Amino acid sequence: MTWRIIKMEKLTLDKIDDFLRGTAFLGTGGGGNPYVGGLMLRQELEKGFEPKLIKGDEVADDDLVLPIANMGAPTVLVEKLPNAKSAVKALRKMEELMGKKCKALIAAEAGGINGTLPFIVSAYTGLPVIDADGMGRAFPELQMCTFGVYGVNCSPVIVRDEKDNEMIVNAENNHASEMFARVICMQMGTKSEICLYPMTGKQMKETSVHHTVTLAYEIGKSIGDARDKGTDPLDGIVEYFKNSFDKRFCKLLFQGKVTDLLRETTDGWARGEVKITSLTDPNENILVKLQNEFLIALKNGKPLAMVPDLICLVDLENAEPITAEDVKYGQRVNVIGVSVPPNMRTKAALDTFGPVPFKVFDKYIPIEEIK
Amino acid sequence: MQIGVDVGGTNTDGIILSNGKVLVSEKTTTTEDVGDGVFNIIQTVLKKGDISPNKISSVMIGTTHFTNALVERKKLQQIAAIRLALPAADSLEQMIGWPKDLVSNLNPIKYFAKGGYEVDGREISKLDKDEIIKIAEEIANKNYTNIAINSVYSPLNSEMELEANEIIKKIIPNSNISLSHSIGKVGLIERENATIINAALTNLAEEIVESFKNALKKLEINAPLYISQNDGTLMKPDKVKQYPVLTFACGPTNSMRGAAYLSGIEDSIIVDIGGTTSDIGYIKSGFPRQSAIATDVGGVRTNFRMPDIISIGLGGGSLIRENGNLVGPDSVGFRLSEKALVFGGDTLTATDIAVKHYDLDIGDKSLVNNLDDSIIKNAKKEITRLLEDAVDKMKTSSEKVPAVFVGGGTILNRENLNGISELVIPDNFAVANAVGAALGQVSGEVDRVFHYDNLGRDKTIELATEEAKQLAKDAGAKESSIEINEINENPLAYLPGKSVRLQIKAIGDLENY
Repeated sequence: MTWRIIKMEKLTLDKIDDFLRGTAFLGTGGGGNPYVGGLMLRQELEKGFEPKLIKGDEVADDDLVLPIANMGAPTVLVEKLPNAKSAVKALRKMEELMGKKCKALIAAEAGGINGTLPFIVSAYTGLPVIDADGMGRAFPELQMCTFGVYGVNCSPVIVRDEKDNEMIVNAENNHASEMFARVICMQMGTKSEICLYPMTGKQMKETSVHHTVTLAYEIGKSIGDARDKGTDPLDGIVEYFKNSFDKRFCKLLFQGKVTDLLRETTDGWARGEVKITSLTDPNENILVKLQNEFLIALKNGKPLAMVPDLICLVDLENAEPITAEDVKYGQRVNVIGVSVPPNMRTKAALDTFGPVPFKVFDKYIPIEEIK
Repeated sequence: MQIGVDVGGTNTDGIILSNGKVLVSEKTTTTEDVGDGVFNIIQTVLKKGDISPNKISSVMIGTTHFTNALVERKKLQQIAAIRLALPAADSLEQMIGWPKDLVSNLNPIKYFAKGGYEVDGREISKLDKDEIIKIAEEIANKNYTNIAINSVYSPLNSEMELEANEIIKKIIPNSNISLSHSIGKVGLIERENATIINAALTNLAEEIVESFKNALKKLEINAPLYISQNDGTLMKPDKVKQYPVLTFACGPTNSMRGAAYLSGIEDSIIVDIGGTTSDIGYIKSGFPRQSAIATDVGGVRTNFRMPDIISIGLGGGSLIRENGNLVGPDSVGFRLSEKALVFGGDTLTATDIAVKHYDLDIGDKSLVNNLDDSIIKNAKKEITRLLEDAVDKMKTSSEKVPAVFVGGGTILNRENLNGISELVIPDNFAVANAVGAALGQVSGEVDRVFHYDNLGRDKTIELATEEAKQLAKDAGAKESSIEINEINENPLAYLPGKSVRLQIKAIGDLENY
């Protein structure tokens, strides 16, 4: 991992729009629309609060680090709203269980609405937020997390709601933690605040996907800057990744118009397929399969990119990221593929959130190796 | 015979429809007092067609007056906003993210109270009557009368909002209360925003609706009055007094529906070319396709049902620059009749290109005789490209569809475009919006989450369909004419009990047609 001086130390009001756009991009179609989380953040910033962002190596090895998240359906979050007070109480409960004070917060998931929650909790507690997360994007289940892949136990999971119902899940493995926490979450109205994967500073340094807060902000900014300058925002994104601090591979996978859309719900998943047809040749098209997030892009049955690499749909003209529930017929889109860091591509990582467990392809092929 | 009136920001148009045909039409300038404007236009069309007021069976008015009032921050009331949600949904205050000048204009008092529902229909907490009474007394003491009530998941269950409404009405009898379930869909913040805007507009709505009624009275028209709402269907005046916000998008909707009717084509692209911009939309079964994206009105995010429209900077007044290679988006706007070359002005506009290219009798066509052919060719090519691009964005498949052109700028293009099967320019194309108003049907809509586990899919849909038809009937539709216009099933991920958001819309003709 290449470390570098990170320019952003505080998340200030003027940076919010860029940051939110970036979390939507990293959501790769899922993770919930960050709009509501953005409003909550704005509300705190307008009160004068300045969230402190720290690098992973600023945390001592034996410090307690706690991930905070909202669990549930994105459609419920827009009605019941994430609850900052409940999230703080989950954090306090975990401190009590660990017999230690938390020294820093971390996002479990950088993409979508969960990218903003740690900052809101930070506003209430004064705790700094670490520039890292456990997914590097958005994934639908608790065990799909690099913290767990590299040995941190998902349990205990504090699952709670605004009525102060509070459950502690201690399960045999991370998959079971997800299973039991999900049942509780549904009883709580399909929206819970959770604190999970309690870890030491050392574990955080070893198991996180680093710099994802900065990454989100800079992706959003590259799009915003291009719009301000009147240049093509797509170039802004590609150019950004080419020169970005962790040297990601990024390419335009396809450009076209949504010509078919299939959605269904099976086994509690929002599954679907989006067909995108070239603007110049009506016989040329690709298929993007989704299961909450965009998982694989196929052209004539051959993959262009697959999970965990990022597949993002953005508006053709203004490059605004499009969430899976907002995809509609006739939309003109750019499909962008971005590589993920090495610790998301190991065998252990791919066994947890690669194309095989998602059942979309029989083996993982990194995006840069696909011609 | 029906009268259709469109009160826009600039023009007030009127038509009389008889047996489905446009008998007379007229365009006038919108007046400061919109009631006077309506009086004038109706008087004019009646006179022009030599028609007695007792021949009129109904009057339909479409107006953008309430939208403009919000955008211009005029005549808005102070509001109190109550959210029934505790202990949930209190992490965002009301009106977060609103433009500051609008917030200070509405000078809000904000309350949170116990109540609201879970997604599966359980109560978050019971409504606390004493708490509502206390809030009402406080509002009464502060002399506020306009109140917005929003409960969590009110689109699923409206009971608590109705109960709170009743309690407050008893304490503040002259209050104007807006309930969120009648206004918006799932999405707490967007629905609440729309409800608050509505609450701020109800006094103006009362005034405007009364001025419309007075205009009809002075004209001795006893026929019922209806007002257009966002989806092209009609509301009774009393409902508009309560829910003015539901008229917000009727302008483009009426123009699209009018265009569909005048052309006789029910499934088509509609291109409405004005002086500065063109609106391109899509009509399916005579109704505009609705937008799926959140819409900003006056700087406030809402989830109104708005037609799915794209606007491009192409109109009759568009500037032609760079040897014809740049058309618009700047325009001479309403000064076309003095600025354009054919009217003796000094600015090359899209209208000049059309006059020369099609040899039209507009202004003095000799004034464009010397225009360079290459400019004409380039500009025509660019106009075609702009239109074809926009049309392509609105299409849902590569199949060719007809396109209907309306609005004053229709002269800019006569040729068929790529992706279009047939280009239609109907008679009366300039007053399509007033025609759209006159055509309004009434509707009933059901939109909430159902659990198929309870009754099964078929029975659930059947009951919801009956409910939608009953709502259409309640709104004034003739029973024999009611049909189901739309059924949308959206399975909800993660939710138990085979949860599906079901949207069913029934529409029908007015009883007095």
